[in-house]
Amino acid sequence: MSDAAAVARREKVLGAIRTRLGNSGGKREAVEARIAGQARHLVPERSRQDASGLKALFAAQLRAGNATVVESASEADLPRIVASYLRGQNLPLTLRAGEDAWLRGIDWSREPAISITKGPAVPADEVGLTHAVAAVAETGTLVLASGPENPVTVTFLPETSIIVVRAADLVGPYEAAFDLIRERYGHGTMPRTLNLVSGPSRTADVGGRLVTGAHGPRRLCVVIVG
Amino acid sequence: MDVTAHAFKSNVKAALKDMQLQRALSGLPTGLVAQRTAAKAKLPEFEALRDVGRDIKNHTLAHLDLYLEAWETKATAAGAKVHWAPTAADAREIVAGICRDANARLVTKGKSMVSEEIALNAHLEAQGLEVVETDLGEYLVQIRHETPSHIIAPAIHLTEAQIEADFRRQHTHLPKDRPLDEPVKIVSEAREILREKFIKADVGITGANFLIAETGSSIIVTNEGNGDLTQSLAKVHVVVTSIDKVVPTLEDVTTLLRLLARSATGQEFSVYTTFSTGPRRAEDADGPEEYHVVLLDNGRSALLDTPFREVLRCIRCGACMNHCPVYGAVGGHAYGWVYPGPIGAVINPALIGLEEASHLPNASTFCGRCESVCPMKIPLPGLMREWRQQEFAAGGGTRMARSALKAWSYLARRPRLYHLASRLGIAALSALGRTRGAFRSLPLAGGWTRHRDLAAPQGRTFQQLWAEHKRGVPR
Repeated sequence: MSDAAAVARREKVLGAIRTRLGNSGGKREAVEARIAGQARHLVPERSRQDASGLKALFAAQLRAGNATVVESASEADLPRIVASYLRGQNLPLTLRAGEDAWLRGIDWSREPAISITKGPAVPADEVGLTHAVAAVAETGTLVLASGPENPVTVTFLPETSIIVVRAADLVGPYEAAFDLIRERYGHGTMPRTLNLVSGPSRTADVGGRLVTGAHGPRRLCVVIVG
Repeated sequence: MDVTAHAFKSNVKAALKDMQLQRALSGLPTGLVAQRTAAKAKLPEFEALRDVGRDIKNHTLAHLDLYLEAWETKATAAGAKVHWAPTAADAREIVAGICRDANARLVTKGKSMVSEEIALNAHLEAQGLEVVETDLGEYLVQIRHETPSHIIAPAIHLTEAQIEADFRRQHTHLPKDRPLDEPVKIVSEAREILREKFIKADVGITGANFLIAETGSSIIVTNEGNGDLTQSLAKVHVVVTSIDKVVPTLEDVTTLLRLLARSATGQEFSVYTTFSTGPRRAEDADGPEEYHVVLLDNGRSALLDTPFREVLRCIRCGACMNHCPVYGAVGGHAYGWVYPGPIGAVINPALIGLEEASHLPNASTFCGRCESVCPMKIPLPGLMREWRQQEFAAGGGTRMARSALKAWSYLARRPRLYHLASRLGIAALSALGRTRGAFRSLPLAGGWTRHRDLAAPQGRTFQQLWAEHKRGVPR
């Protein structure tokens, strides 16, 4: 297929739209203003709560979707919390994680049995550990940005996913999480993938009955730190 | 796919006699319908959000060319290759070309109704590619050589027993006596088999629920995580989508996402909502090396200056079919093309022609449930009526139906004659049916009385009763 043919196809589609819409002046300004404006629409009332209310809502929503939610009072306590969850599930203490600076800064030697392999996940990995950039209380949703810090395969390939989020990064509505992303990446710019995760993978395709653990993780453990 | 919309009537007869199908469909009222009702009750703002969602889409459609261009600029800057496809044939060939360039042998697919619309799998298979559907419902349908019967629950027409039999027939390398009597065992088996495909795939194809002009992103929404493995593990990610999916900003898409899962499955939010922007970055440890987006028109732009523009707001949640008494009775395959239920009854005539699909807008009782649950407030019954009018104006319909409509139209425009005719008719039926209070058979009403009695009128017309009521005559 030649480039000229591709250009012709593009013009055909856009031309057909323009003909039908009968475009008039001033529209381009309206479009640019809308994109630049980031105006919020109606935001559900449930996302306007104090920090403890948001944390309770976040945890309750995740648990309703069959996720485990645990709290770690401090960063120092995180290794113990992770080890305790994995032992409770009878899982190995061997984890896969990316290069996330915050996760690397934690003293994992406090739990000598834990070993962490760095890099993107491979099919043999049983447990993935990732750090969410934000958490949305509204529906119990974690926001993960792809990159060397937290490769997307670490969240999706292993059977067990542990996602850690700082209590300070917990917000009410999605809109607040997108503001954090805009702050970090710049307006109109995104990481290669932004993953919103609200539970372990599931399906109801067999007879309409809900089964947890389809193609993604069978288990999701969310640790709120601080 | 083969179009059988013209054979809707015989499709319906077969569907009503299909006991497996009837058993499978019987779960709809307690399943998706009840779940949506519960989700709506949990969000007091739900109804108000429907108005906001409708307005977002209306604004976008009024500026569609500009938002598509804005999206394209952003997507291209992030490294996406954008392909415009005026027709289904264009889209098929573009995807096949991408697969050729990648020397692909194995293609994995996430769920995509647009790929069904362009009959992508058959085209790729004809080029020697192995194409594997990875959404569990789509995989179940693929191994039966069927098509999806629902836009979000493709295998809703299948019972657990059928699925177990299909797996035993298909996966012959596994022990014959393995237990598959629980959904969890079926899901585990599919997980093992498809995991291997994800890892070996050269090209991963997904659809898109939305495109965001602000960021140049495409979005998929899944519960299984198959879409994420499809697009993250293959070297090439191809998004097959259509021009009506674009929205302006993250705030706009957020509002639509609040409506989508609740309307579709009754979840507060889907398990995975994934925003993809360009291919993997230089510093990334994983992700696809190429990211293509194919934008299909296929008749959509031609709707923009017609009453049917409103269907371009559709976010493909499936609520209209879940709540439709016709869909609930006959399932999705009877509709004979990609989109079943009320939305199909309006979209299919636009995309494949009214002549082929004329039965579909007629297959409605106009009960209005579809419009009342549509998160985008698409006036589906009104648009079906519009198709009926176009069909009549074009000389369609049976001679009997046309004569009846003409006679009714003649009377309806002459109120005195209408009242006289209805008074005489009702008096006659009342007198004839006095003994039983109902008719077992009536001339010209065989379609009704073959299956049930027709209650005999009590003797007076509605207008007479109304006039008496206003005069204060006790009944």
